[in-house]
Amino acid sequence: MRIKRVHVASLTVITATVIASAIVHARPTGGTISGKVTYEGTPAKPKPIDMSKEPSCAKQHATPITTETVVTGPNNSLENVVVYVSAGAADENPPSQAVKFDQKGCQYIPHVLAFQVNQALEIANDDQTSHNIHPLPKLNREWNKSQPPGTPAITEKYDKPEFIPVKCNIHPWMHGNFAVLKNSHYSVSKEDGSFSLPNLPPGKYTITAWHESYGEQTQDVTIAGSETKTINLVFKARPY
Amino acid sequence: MNTHSARTLRPLFVMVLTLLVPALGAAQEMESHIGKLTGHSGSGKQLYFRYCWGCHGFRGEGNGENWLPTGSFADEPYLNIQPRNFAAGTFKSRSTPTGTLPTDQDLYDAIGRGFVMSNMPSWITLTDQNRADLIAFIKTFSPRWKTEKSGDPINVPPEPKLTVESIKHGQELFQKLECWKCHGPEGRGDGPSASTLTDSNDQPIRPYNFAVGSRFKCGVTNQDLYKIFMTGLDGTPMPSFADVVKPDDAWDLVHFLRTLQVTRKSPELTLWETTEEGKKEIASRKLSGTPTGSGIRQ
Repeated sequence: MRIKRVHVASLTVITATVIASAIVHARPTGGTISGKVTYEGTPAKPKPIDMSKEPSCAKQHATPITTETVVTGPNNSLENVVVYVSAGAADENPPSQAVKFDQKGCQYIPHVLAFQVNQALEIANDDQTSHNIHPLPKLNREWNKSQPPGTPAITEKYDKPEFIPVKCNIHPWMHGNFAVLKNSHYSVSKEDGSFSLPNLPPGKYTITAWHESYGEQTQDVTIAGSETKTINLVFKARPY
Repeated sequence: MNTHSARTLRPLFVMVLTLLVPALGAAQEMESHIGKLTGHSGSGKQLYFRYCWGCHGFRGEGNGENWLPTGSFADEPYLNIQPRNFAAGTFKSRSTPTGTLPTDQDLYDAIGRGFVMSNMPSWITLTDQNRADLIAFIKTFSPRWKTEKSGDPINVPPEPKLTVESIKHGQELFQKLECWKCHGPEGRGDGPSASTLTDSNDQPIRPYNFAVGSRFKCGVTNQDLYKIFMTGLDGTPMPSFADVVKPDDAWDLVHFLRTLQVTRKSPELTLWETTEEGKKEIASRKLSGTPTGSGIRQ
């Protein structure tokens, strides 16, 4: 009889805790870390890509596209930088929706794709030519699949956080990047270099910014309430 | 007197051995299972440090002292294929889908067969038990063997009857799947993308030249050829076609690929030569280079 009562009491406590935490989680309040990624120095000039070996792709581009290893915008802004919470936030389960990676005009769209550990990744071929999609992880499983035109999307996932270069061996100019991250607090800098990490509960965070050519840098940021903190990330550009 | 000194020296000898060969696999005892054979990494370790480490290296990273990086000999940069890095846990020769670990049997077959046009010889001279033990030890180098299971071998349905139609359809697939982009229109390993290829370690690598090759890296039979393009050669530019080629089509492609091997007598080549089209095509083919394409200039 007494045991039963204890059980009921602990059940009530557990239920209350679950409900309380559900309420807290349901409210999308919290702080925001936002800012701009820029570079200083002289970045390498993007080089035009010669697609003459693949006419079906070449004709999709009125002017030849250029390499995307460094993409800059006005006012020294740096695009394609993955800004993410590398410490201070709990690991999260992946969202149910898939992220999409497209091969179009013998280019990867987007050039840098960020997603979560174990999140579904859908890779499509919109071209009239065969691609082989060959991500080159060191920690995750390495696979390499052919995707001729008109074949269905390939669905894959990665179970360890990692930055993974992606290439097509058939079209050697095709390069992309996967950023596999532990939680949903990430942002890829836009053309104007801007990024935003919303919905951060109060706490101390380490923000890491990753660029495929210029490497990584980190900053510690403390969020107290529903404030917005602005940080600026500056990468040193290299002319080669 | 002699026996006595031998006895006193024994602990010293053991100690020196222990220093020379640190306990790499001691903490993670591994087994291999090949048919009725069970291999043990403890025994395999002795064999590894006798036969394998000169090329595959102390920690199995494929950087033993016998391996010279590409470019060491300016004239033959591509013959110098880097020994397998067991620490990476990525293998070319598998019966399992791309991205998965090979079966113990796959690894056992590979060391028994050796790798054509590389410095890896056939180890058929070792006993079956020795080879099984070596496979067990090789599995201690990568943590993948502890956290992952081997992939399930892909299904290879029985080979259908060889017909001219099958060869012709295989030829269409060779075009449609754009195998020629790397392997060249005649399978000579000289396609438009061939000169740009690198493996996952950024080492130059060439596509297979069917015209002068009789054996493949991953075997000699039609079943082996089927598995090569369906599973892909992980760590190389050769992708898996398992998701995009149906089994019947795959067999047609096998039949056509055999006709590209003009220096190797095969039922496929003989049948293809009986047709007007095939006869003309075979006669027009040039022979040059080596099976891995090192002799080909673009």
